[in-house]
Amino acid sequence: MDYMIRFMQIHESFRQPETEALATLAGIPLEWVFYSHDSPFAIVRFPSTTDPATAARTLITRSILASAIYELWGTGLDYPSLHQDVRQRSAPYWPLHSQHSFRFEIDSFQGSHTSSQHTAIIESFAYMAFSGPIRMKNPSAQFVVFEDFLLDAPLPHQLHLGRLVASGNRKATLNKYTLKKRRYIATTSMDSELALVTANLALAAPGKLAYDPFMGTGSFPLACAHFGAGVFGSDLDGRSVRGKGGRDVRSNFTQYATSPLYLGGFVADLTNTPLRSSRCLDAIVCDPPYGVREGLKVLGSHKPELQAEVFLEDGRLAHLAETYLPPKKAYSFLRMLGDVLEFGTGALVEGGRLCMWMPVAGATAEEEPKGVGGKERRGGGGEGGQEGGAGKEEEYAIPHHPALELVSECTQHFNKWSRRLLTYRRLANSCIDENEMLAYQAARLILQGENGVGTADDLNSFRRKYFRGFLDPSMPRQHEKLPHTY
Amino acid sequence: MKLLTLNFLTCARKTCKSTAAAFPLHPKDAELEQIEIDMNPLFVKNMLPRLEWEAMKTLTQELGLPALPAETPAPEELTTEDGEASQVLKDLHVLLMETSVASGKLVCGNCGHEYAVKEGIANFLLPSHMV
Ligand SMILES: [Zn+2]
Repeated sequence: MDYMIRFMQIHESFRQPETEALATLAGIPLEWVFYSHDSPFAIVRFPSTTDPATAARTLITRSILASAIYELWGTGLDYPSLHQDVRQRSAPYWPLHSQHSFRFEIDSFQGSHTSSQHTAIIESFAYMAFSGPIRMKNPSAQFVVFEDFLLDAPLPHQLHLGRLVASGNRKATLNKYTLKKRRYIATTSMDSELALVTANLALAAPGKLAYDPFMGTGSFPLACAHFGAGVFGSDLDGRSVRGKGGRDVRSNFTQYATSPLYLGGFVADLTNTPLRSSRCLDAIVCDPPYGVREGLKVLGSHKPELQAEVFLEDGRLAHLAETYLPPKKAYSFLRMLGDVLEFGTGALVEGGRLCMWMPVAGATAEEEPKGVGGKERRGGGGEGGQEGGAGKEEEYAIPHHPALELVSECTQHFNKWSRRLLTYRRLANSCIDENEMLAYQAARLILQGENGVGTADDLNSFRRKYFRGFLDPSMPRQHEKLPHTY
Repeated sequence: MKLLTLNFLTCARKTCKSTAAAFPLHPKDAELEQIEIDMNPLFVKNMLPRLEWEAMKTLTQELGLPALPAETPAPEELTTEDGEASQVLKDLHVLLMETSVASGKLVCGNCGHEYAVKEGIANFLLPSHMV
């Protein structure tokens, strides 16, 4: 039997990755029969599963972007073809439900009916001959006719009939975690819905350990702890960890009754992390600070001491030295993302996941647009393409690391900008391309070298050439993305 | 910060990280706090192989806590024959999950730098000349 997932028609590019992550977590083989970003109805199959109903139930329990899962009793382009398919697919199951209480409803996406049309549609299924009582509350079988309309279309272009297997906990979970009711938040707190989706993509679960190196008010650790993972976090800004007047990260865990899972927070900089070099994390979840919003204190141009002239150890002015790299915020931001990937490689267990948010586009030229703050300067939004847009923004390449496989790439759109959630999986050491790893490390060393060579642009072009020589043609996915860590 | 977390932390200085003397950090004037919480056997079981046991032993010794077994307990030592939580698990739970450093300092055995802990939050930021 096939199953139908009822998705929410939001955050479309996150929906399949979330469902796939939940399938991976539960060890459920999952096959997509139909999926479209334009529809809230997707059809899946659980091949070689002895108990697909349990698989379906498991899959939906934790889902944030899907509300329920149904047995697919029929599908068609119009009502005659739907009825024909229902007879073909589900006739053997009718007797199982013929004596039980039941209920029929219609779920129309971008469409509606008068109540007489509604009744007529439901009565058109009378041939299934259910003689049990109709019960609106908690019937033993719930049937839903799904209608998929294109916007403003007079008739649906796709119809399904489903029998409810299980509903998820989306509503209750979002209601519990909404920022409106959270004790301690900041302007940078990740909205709870996407924080929970991120925790699903990170495979957060009981018995696992997750870490957020840019914890802020704790949005991601809270979401991971909701799914049972042990969590800890750190932030460069001590004030955000400590909070004020009893409102702090800890108080958020207390609010959600997950404080036993909170292992603690500390103040630290990822580039000088106090975590010992050991592969002890199951997940890293983070939204590295970007732009004016948080102030990139980790980076040169924002350090007050660098506002003044900087002297090298031998007494020369730093910016007069041949090797001087002017502080560049965007450049540094991408370098920080590279640091996150490198950190993840060293800290994640095999199969462990790194979930990292980043803006789709940003300033990459030397000069930052001046006098514009916050989100405005991220202009030039829109999917993928980023056709120039405002100022000198351009689309960032997706960071890559030879030890990390990109599992999914999801995009959230705002009016004037977009951001991505990238999910990586730590490969087994035996699966890492050795040459690629050597090249990567060499490039990093050069970039980090205390007597750095040339300008950032020189380094970038060096890397481009260097990496191209090591490309493995059997890895087209990575081929497309290289080179682009910094 | 729970004692479990401490086992994952060392000196933040790059020059110290690779040295054996920098780990574990040594508590100084540490004020401990114990908060009773429900047992999480699966989590403790999963964390055990990730712990540096020698460092755990050093820490408990320096804090004047009851001595730990010589070796990392094996997973089967965590439950009794009838599937209940063993004394080993109960002790580990108290030590790793219920006990935390509320305040004091964490000292690097290599460079001597002291990281302050206040209200359970350790500060690992380095002064710029040490970065
Ligand atoms: Zn040190």
